[in-house]
Amino acid sequence: MAMAPEPTGPAAGEAAPIAFEWSRLLRWDVAVGILLVAVFATGAGSTSDFASSSNLSFALNDIAEVGLIALPMTLLVVAGQIDLSVASMLGLASSLVGQLWDAGWTFETIVPVVLVVGVLGGLLNGWLVTSVGLPSLAVTIGTLTLFRGLASVVLGTEAVTQFPATYTDWVREDVPGTFVPYPIALFAVVAVVTAVVLHATGVGRSLYAIGSQEDAAFFAGIRVRRIKLVLFAVSGLFAAFAGIVYTLRYGSARADNGLGLEMVVIASVLLGGVDFNGGRGTLGGAVAGLLLIGILKNLLTLNDVTNEVQVIVTGLLLVLSVLTPRLVESVTTRRQSRALRAGDAPTPPPPSPRPGLSTRTG
Amino acid sequence: MTTRSTVRRRGTAATAVACALLVVAGCSGTTKDSEEDNTKPEKKTEATANPDAPIKEGLKVAFLPKQINNPYETIVDKAGMAAAKEYGGDAKEVGPSDASASSQVSYINTLIQQKQDAILIAANDPNAVCGPLQQAMDQGIAVVAYDSDTAKDCRQVFINQASSEEIGRSLVRNLGKQLNYKGKFAILSATQNATNQNTWIDFMKKELEDPKYKGMELVKVAYGDDDDQKSFQQTQGLLQAYPDLKGIISPTTVGIAAAARYVSDSSYKGKVVINGLGTPNQMRKYVKDGTVEQFSLWDPNDLGYLSSYTAAALASGQITGAEGETYKAGKLGEFTVGKDGEVILGPPTIFDKSNIDKYDF
Repeated sequence: MAMAPEPTGPAAGEAAPIAFEWSRLLRWDVAVGILLVAVFATGAGSTSDFASSSNLSFALNDIAEVGLIALPMTLLVVAGQIDLSVASMLGLASSLVGQLWDAGWTFETIVPVVLVVGVLGGLLNGWLVTSVGLPSLAVTIGTLTLFRGLASVVLGTEAVTQFPATYTDWVREDVPGTFVPYPIALFAVVAVVTAVVLHATGVGRSLYAIGSQEDAAFFAGIRVRRIKLVLFAVSGLFAAFAGIVYTLRYGSARADNGLGLEMVVIASVLLGGVDFNGGRGTLGGAVAGLLLIGILKNLLTLNDVTNEVQVIVTGLLLVLSVLTPRLVESVTTRRQSRALRAGDAPTPPPPSPRPGLSTRTG
Repeated sequence: MTTRSTVRRRGTAATAVACALLVVAGCSGTTKDSEEDNTKPEKKTEATANPDAPIKEGLKVAFLPKQINNPYETIVDKAGMAAAKEYGGDAKEVGPSDASASSQVSYINTLIQQKQDAILIAANDPNAVCGPLQQAMDQGIAVVAYDSDTAKDCRQVFINQASSEEIGRSLVRNLGKQLNYKGKFAILSATQNATNQNTWIDFMKKELEDPKYKGMELVKVAYGDDDDQKSFQQTQGLLQAYPDLKGIISPTTVGIAAAARYVSDSSYKGKVVINGLGTPNQMRKYVKDGTVEQFSLWDPNDLGYLSSYTAAALASGQITGAEGETYKAGKLGEFTVGKDGEVILGPPTIFDKSNIDKYDF
């Protein structure tokens, strides 16, 4: 993993804690990865139909939309932001697809139009956060309601169906010779690109800097506003695209499509060890979290575990994912201070500044 | 060397662009109309029905309600599972905890993986569940819709709880008997353009054409918009406008409960007959205190029972879902598959003092 170069200026103090956090972070990523493998192995061993290629194809296809949205969401959360409006944007995109299709537009025109709407919605979020200076949590709670409302205005309570088979097949079928549905193949490609951006480019390092200490990042010459604006636009774009995929996969355009899906997206990202306060996390972790939630749900459903229990399991995992790194941190700190008292420790790193979300605006 | 690889790379890029263009050109102009022209030809069911085939032993039957823990659907599914026990099947109920359009899809996929013999579904969205259900049927799984239908070609049989005609006519028949075929009555409906309400009201009017109702007069159709407060006020308005009103039919559960509530606290109690479609839990106290003598609704137990037996008949090859096929559904007797694979449960059940405590929904 590429290390951030020594930041200059006020951000310099960050270098040591970041280096320290890296090693610990990796542990949680790896833990989620190991858990994923363990769940998979248990499933393959205990449930006869679990490891069949058709079941894996189903299980993967079920997380296609969540996955596509989770990628830009990871970047946002690393930068200390959040976009709660994604599922509503998915619904708005679905409504638009339905309405325009019903009005006789060609599907090839509908797709770019809907994607542009997604970008515009994302830019609205981004503008309110960066130029007006509102916290992203508040802004996107607002647009969550706004976009869902617009979706209902566009399509009302009806459902539009009968989409072109060429496209619905594309969304439902596997890449020949594999059990990977096309949307998941696309997800994999975008995930690799996102991982490269986050972990191997200057932009990625800027995101960590913004998430750790926004003011410091700004004074270090990072174009905080522009980066955030682009992130929100990309998030809107992917949410709209996920809306098209969702509409085709279920063959039904409705204003209430994807209701509450934003919580699954955020849960996946957080489960993967991406810190809600920003500045920490890896894309690999987020993808592992996503797969873990998807595989676990499929496995539990196959074993007739009721939905209530499934929700409890996911919830406990989520609490664990937030709690464990903190526990590790406090244990490490205590050990360090004990070592310090013994008098043979090197100078301890200063405590990492963890400003609250409210200071992370504009 | 460098040149060649550059050329090759350029060539690849050009090919990619050309392909992309071709794809776009090839697909451009996919509109709703062009799609409707090339709809797939109707699939012929190759399977033939053998009405004498016995119900197979140990059929795996799964109920997929709109949402789990909905008291009405719980009754339906429990009755269906009890029926499965009767014919030696192995039934279960699975489902989402929210009634959203697509939450049922992953459950259907799972049921396919589990190689169930039959899936019974109360669809949240007639089309969102279509793809997976067709896959299920392709793999020889019997698919029955109950309570809420899917699109026609996504299931083999739909169990309709009651025909619209039967609901409309029976409500007038019941009220007629209660009023001795004499007197004015009104209808308290839901919204002015609710399709099912208007269909029922049309059939009520047709039933009234029978000469035996010549002493009865429908004075007004009022609309309470399925809003408790508004239905309450409409009832009040009707009784003030027509002091000699003898009866009210409310073919909506919200309306009948509101009408009964108004009458139970007024001087009209015992003088005006309230009838219609209601649920036992909402209506119990009005039946007990004498405000309402009887009301109707289909029996969810029978709905579940019939659905379960229908699934077994399909999975055992007794029927294929084609019009005109007949089969036996345990204690409920013989049923016939109607047009579009619909099976009608029968006339609505009448609830009164004698049987209301047997129901909890």
